[in-house]
Amino acid sequence: MEKLKTGEKLNRFLRKNASSSCSNKSVISKKIAAKKRISWMFLVPSLLGVLLFFVLPFFVVIYYSLVNNPIQHEFVGFSNYVKVWNNGAYRLASNNTFMFSIVSVPLAVVLSLFLAVVMESRIFFKSHFRTFFLTPMMVPIASIVLIWQVLFHYNGLVNDIMMQFGGGKIDWLKSDQAQIVIVVLFLWKNLGYNMILFMAALSSVPKDLIEVARLENASDLQIFWMIKMRYLSSTILFVAIMSVINSFKVFREIYLLTGDYPYDSLYMLQHFMNNTFASLDYQKLSSAAIIMAIVIAALVAVMMMVENNYGKDIEG
Amino acid sequence: MKTPNYIKRGRRHKRVVLAERITGTVIAAFFAILFLMPVILTITNSFMAPSEISSNYGSVFARSDSGGKVFISKTVNLKFIPDMVTFSQYFTVLLKSPDYLFKFWNSVIYVVPIVFFQLFVAALASYGFARYHGKVKEIIFFLYIIMMMMPYQVTLVPNYMVSNWLGILGTRWAIWLPGIFSPFAVYLLTKFMRRIPLEVLEAGQIDGADEWQLFSKICFPLCKNGICAIAILIFIDFWNMVEQPLILLSDEQLHPLSVFLSKINSGEISLAFAVAVIYMVPPLLIFMYGEEYLVEGISYQGGIKG
Repeated sequence: MEKLKTGEKLNRFLRKNASSSCSNKSVISKKIAAKKRISWMFLVPSLLGVLLFFVLPFFVVIYYSLVNNPIQHEFVGFSNYVKVWNNGAYRLASNNTFMFSIVSVPLAVVLSLFLAVVMESRIFFKSHFRTFFLTPMMVPIASIVLIWQVLFHYNGLVNDIMMQFGGGKIDWLKSDQAQIVIVVLFLWKNLGYNMILFMAALSSVPKDLIEVARLENASDLQIFWMIKMRYLSSTILFVAIMSVINSFKVFREIYLLTGDYPYDSLYMLQHFMNNTFASLDYQKLSSAAIIMAIVIAALVAVMMMVENNYGKDIEG
Repeated sequence: MKTPNYIKRGRRHKRVVLAERITGTVIAAFFAILFLMPVILTITNSFMAPSEISSNYGSVFARSDSGGKVFISKTVNLKFIPDMVTFSQYFTVLLKSPDYLFKFWNSVIYVVPIVFFQLFVAALASYGFARYHGKVKEIIFFLYIIMMMMPYQVTLVPNYMVSNWLGILGTRWAIWLPGIFSPFAVYLLTKFMRRIPLEVLEAGQIDGADEWQLFSKICFPLCKNGICAIAILIFIDFWNMVEQPLILLSDEQLHPLSVFLSKINSGEISLAFAVAVIYMVPPLLIFMYGEEYLVEGISYQGGIKG
């Protein structure tokens, strides 16, 4: 008897609640809509700034790349692009940038992965080493270019070491090997950052999976290739793309090392842009910027697609 | 009594592990030396007297315009330890030649407001992105990612045009404003905010907090680590800037120290080392105090999708 009563009470209570929530539905959805509107308000300052400084002028850039000059505004199709494409300086700059990326990006990925694996192999003084490897990232390039010039000078330390091993002397910064100097500087600067990304990925590999593999007599190499690499794949991709993007920014290092007029093999896209800025050729600037934007956007799109298809089974 | 087989194997395994750890440490030490050498050399060289510097590296920095005045040796001697430690360069830089300090001050003037306001704008925006997902927001966020990835070669063209149009080209505002609205912090901070469990915010709502209070009292404090990490990342990026001042500021008086350092002439190389050291002190100090945040911030960046 007693039990039945409480049951009835509960039922009535539930029914009451359910009906009330039904009638309040429209009120609640209105409330949510209001909150959504408020959440948009938070976006306003950033959106305005981004629109003003990046998005809207970008459309102007597209427009400029399609007209003959800023005064006549005559539509000329893709002839500006063709002009830039056939420009000798642009060719040199994009070839150099491409060569630099092709060499430095794989090196950056492999070496930083190697460093991360070393760091995760329970070495002594791990936290100290992490600090050491990250230090170059914090040191301003401008501060160390002086020493870099000393190291790679014709009579500098690097040539001395090369002589010890029977190599010839090279005037590094004024030769076709100049890119090697920049690659080394690029690696010096970026390896620590990439290493941290890989270390984070390595530590997220489930421990029990590795233990099971150990019990099954898998060798360390097998564990690395079959298990860890599966988990690292998306990070490798991310590091590779970030390195490509950073390799586009290497102008900074080159400018600080060699000034406005570097050796031919160090003439990068940013040098080309700077020179074009100096002559204020809007058509050239705009078309070159858009070609670059398309290349980068394509890279990002490829990365997104690969990440979507790859590594799905792991993240679960 | 015979030792059982599995114990033997265990001991051997222990020895193998120890050997592995030692080789790992040696490899790491090798790389650490390579990584630190340029920094240490710059620091030790800053304590060398000008005569020592010019006799060591004279030929590296000699240019045609500064011919016979200083003694220029043909060879380059790389020295780790100065013959005689002197603080005279620091003395000169800090007290006698205001040009360097002035440029240093320029760097500070650019970086501090950019870090502060970019974080503020980004904190608001990332709350907006992290709260209530929607199709439009997803698309806008994707646009932010693409913009973040664009190199300066692309973004400086629109920046230049807008600065020209607003009449701020050649002034400090041309550096400040694009820096403040840079999408980088928005992207990273959104990733931090999306990790805040929804229950926390709902609990706040039940207690009667409005959106602004949810943001300022709950989300912002919970993201403190992320904000520190991003502040460090923004700081290094703009402390290092070279491209923007070169293109947006024609007046060299306004240039930051990063650009100015590369233009020091050969007579003042010993000063340049001292300036270089002074220039890397702020980021290194920040690094010392914020290394954990920095590592966390970088780790969050991995994986493009939030």
